Amino acid sequence: MTTPTSFTRREFLGSSLTLASASLAVPAFIQGSAYALHNALGGLSSAPGVSDDRILVVVQLGGGNDGLNTVVPYGMNQYYRARPAIAIAEKDALKLSGSDGIGIHPAMTALREMYDNGLAAVVQGVGYPNPNRSHFKSMDIWQTADTSATGDGWLGRYFDAECCGYGKGESGTAPKSPKAQRADATDAASSRAQTTDSPGIAIGRTAPLAMQGRMIKPISFESAELFRWAGQDIHASLADPYNRIARREPAATEVRPDSNAAFLMRTSLDAQVSSELIRKAVALRPATAFPGNELGRQLSMVSSMIRAGLKTRVYYVTQGGFDTHSGQGGPQGRHANLLRDFTTAVKAFQDELKAQGNEGRVLTMAFSEFGRRVGQNASGGTDHGTAAPMFLFGTMVKPGVHGDHPSLQDLDDGDLRYRIDFRNVYASVLDDWMKASSREILEGTYKGLAVIKKG
Amino acid sequence: MRRSPPPLGLAPSQPGPQPGAAPEKSEKLSASLNPIRPHHFGYDQARHLLWRAGFGGTPAQIQTLASWGPEKAVDYILDFDKAAADPVSGDLFDADIMRPASAEEREAYRKAQRAQDEDALAKFRQERQNRERSDRSQMTEIQKWWLKRMIETPRPLEEKMTLFWHGILATNYRTIENSYHMFLQNQMFRRNALGNFGQMLFDLIRDPAMIKYLDNDESRKGRPNENLAREIMELFSLGVGNYTERDIKEGARALTGYTFRDDEFYFDQKNHDNGEKVILGKKAPLDGDGFVKAILETRACSAYVARRVYGFFVSELPPIERLPDRELDPSVRTVLNGLASSLLGARYDIKPMLRRLLLSEHFYSPRVMSDQIKSPVVLVVGAVRSLNTPVRDLGILNDALDLMGQNIFFPPSVKGWEGGRSWINTSTLFVRQNILTFLLTGKKPVGYDPTADSTRYDPTQLLAELSKADPSSANDPDRVVEYLLKLTIGRAPPAARASLTEFARSRGGTITPDLVTALLLVITTMPEYQLC
Repeated sequence: MTTPTSFTRREFLGSSLTLASASLAVPAFIQGSAYALHNALGGLSSAPGVSDDRILVVVQLGGGNDGLNTVVPYGMNQYYRARPAIAIAEKDALKLSGSDGIGIHPAMTALREMYDNGLAAVVQGVGYPNPNRSHFKSMDIWQTADTSATGDGWLGRYFDAECCGYGKGESGTAPKSPKAQRADATDAASSRAQTTDSPGIAIGRTAPLAMQGRMIKPISFESAELFRWAGQDIHASLADPYNRIARREPAATEVRPDSNAAFLMRTSLDAQVSSELIRKAVALRPATAFPGNELGRQLSMVSSMIRAGLKTRVYYVTQGGFDTHSGQGGPQGRHANLLRDFTTAVKAFQDELKAQGNEGRVLTMAFSEFGRRVGQNASGGTDHGTAAPMFLFGTMVKPGVHGDHPSLQDLDDGDLRYRIDFRNVYASVLDDWMKASSREILEGTYKGLAVIKKG
Repeated sequence: MRRSPPPLGLAPSQPGPQPGAAPEKSEKLSASLNPIRPHHFGYDQARHLLWRAGFGGTPAQIQTLASWGPEKAVDYILDFDKAAADPVSGDLFDADIMRPASAEEREAYRKAQRAQDEDALAKFRQERQNRERSDRSQMTEIQKWWLKRMIETPRPLEEKMTLFWHGILATNYRTIENSYHMFLQNQMFRRNALGNFGQMLFDLIRDPAMIKYLDNDESRKGRPNENLAREIMELFSLGVGNYTERDIKEGARALTGYTFRDDEFYFDQKNHDNGEKVILGKKAPLDGDGFVKAILETRACSAYVARRVYGFFVSELPPIERLPDRELDPSVRTVLNGLASSLLGARYDIKPMLRRLLLSEHFYSPRVMSDQIKSPVVLVVGAVRSLNTPVRDLGILNDALDLMGQNIFFPPSVKGWEGGRSWINTSTLFVRQNILTFLLTGKKPVGYDPTADSTRYDPTQLLAELSKADPSSANDPDRVVEYLLKLTIGRAPPAARASLTEFARSRGGTITPDLVTALLLVITTMPEYQLC
């Protein structure tokens, strides 16, 4: 699949990454972003020379975020009865304009600021039928968008659909003619799909299931230093033979163009370019000061990659530690710190995107695998529960509080009953933001919520 | 950690044919299942055999097999039960972590529920979580145990076949959450590794892990769950197009009552539907065994199994629904037909079919050799075995398998791993390079305790065969580079060879252990090193 052009990849590499001189020979991974200054989706970016491609950033709050102390129903007495030691008092809760009886945890002043500036949406009471209280199972359910927790990741299916047409996934139907499918099977299964066709990027040790497609696998790295060959650190002299060997063009005289050897040589070359690009990108210091917490570090890396113009359309970051079985605290304490870390990191990210002129291009969505039980437990914490709020950030969200707070009277064995299926939120993100088909990707019809502005 | 080299190659090593004694490279794919002629079987072919039917070989092993000729070499690999291997004992792991609750425990729980005793219920939940946590760590231990076994076994094909079945008849620990059942299933695959496919299916419908994974424990007379019947037909034995929905419905009825209690299969007579069924044209009050027999009697079953074996040992093939047999390359089709006939002729014994394949001209076609992408397991296990590196930290190796996309005991779905090119992308390629760097030098991947594993690797033993053939060449950088390339990637591409020789000369040209390690470090990052 090497494109026969007057520029080879080797020449491109020799041109010290000057995009303007590289023409079509730039690997697919970066191709597009630097050139596609206009696209059909229309002017989302505010700075000239900045791409208009839309980007989704998913923030996973791992461990089960206590929704009731995040979006506080101070208007409901049952809340205070169920949580005598850890409830947030009405006077402490930060009020959200336009909604009565609920406020947010006082550690989330950054969220309130974004909310007041029209950059944040809260979706209340999100869950799914027959909730599963195992971290692993429930996380898989959210990540596969399937209550049986099986199949490919929902974002992986998005990438599969974009790259190869829907129906290649785990449980995909066959919308195409058998002949076209077979052509894809040999073609897509070969070179195009699995090279760096701008896959998603997950910051973390392993890529989450959500990003795993059948055809398209994400790039993942905990730090950009992992996205390179460490052998060259052992002795400086190794870098030269390594670079020469890793960046060979597959010569038609040596390897058949459709052979696995040629595929591997192309991927190796792409890996070198991507590695350099990503490491250069994250080495750039953002204009904004990010908080020193883990999510801040990850979002700072993402902002740098966006600034550098990577073509990547989905980024995935994670904040852990929400499994507050004991000593979770009230207005201060463990849960407060988690929420502060979360919202200050997102706020810094928004500020940085604004400074870059990219804020209109990026939608950030935060979720957790479940909320926690209504009643506090004997250890001053909360156990695994069910429905919880989700958050959306960006200039393109419809700001405000969406949906009603779950009832504290009509409980399911001490747990909240969800009001909104999370797949309705996914559907809005896929249809209204990514301009993809949620019906195909989610394998079902989920009515979107009006959480994204028309544009 | 030191271990004796795998005894594959115990026989006194004789100078085999020189590298390059291979038949003329031709791009034509042989359609022949006739045995390869002995004079066509040299170093390259023995190396190929060791990789595909195992996890690669050391230079001594390659030379030994080459000197034996094809028949003796293939039989040595296939008749692995002649080599003594550690038996797998059932008490290696704790069977009781996820044992079902006792009657008293269940009663106590019900009592707490009735009394709405939140504290007691929280204790139950806590205890449950603790057990789940212990079970997950036991699962990690089992992963490491199997990885170590693959590295150390004197019967590489036995483990390779176990890996094959695990990828075909796939069960994921995440769904069943019982590490001991995964361990039992692993033993079941090993027991039937090169045995009879019919027996494998009889055992499979009695395997607790599989029963749980595909919900057959919830399948009852009058309310059959179709999952197990469907996947057996679609993915394990026939392939799309070779059965009807009706066959699945009837098959599900036949499998009702096939469940398990604690760690053992249990036939639940009262939940079994013993009425008459029609499955694949066979009409009788079939039970689970009857269902399996009906499948085995179809020609499609032998063709399907042959196709999966071929995909694993020879070349990846897309799933049958994407590329039906009739649309395959004609030479591949001919070969598959021959293999299916062997399988039927041997009443589903796998070994005669595999023997025919491993001896065949087709298997040694230039287009087949060195064009298979190593799975992560083959990459890691093969590197340790063929280069004789230290085993190092199994936890780090196991993590790397996950990062490379092959977390053993956690296949992504009942379809197993996609395999082939799906293993490779820009990030897995770096993980592959870095785990080889770890094996060769002890330098841990970023993210672990930064102190390197100080066990030194001595690569010069690899050169023994070279000096034996020609003592002077073991000090000639160009010859050493060529030799190492032939060992690791099966050939010596001129550009790479030139770069490496130049590098060796720039380091003084004296062949020291450090220089050989340095050469191997670079060679194992080569795209071609991902192939076997």
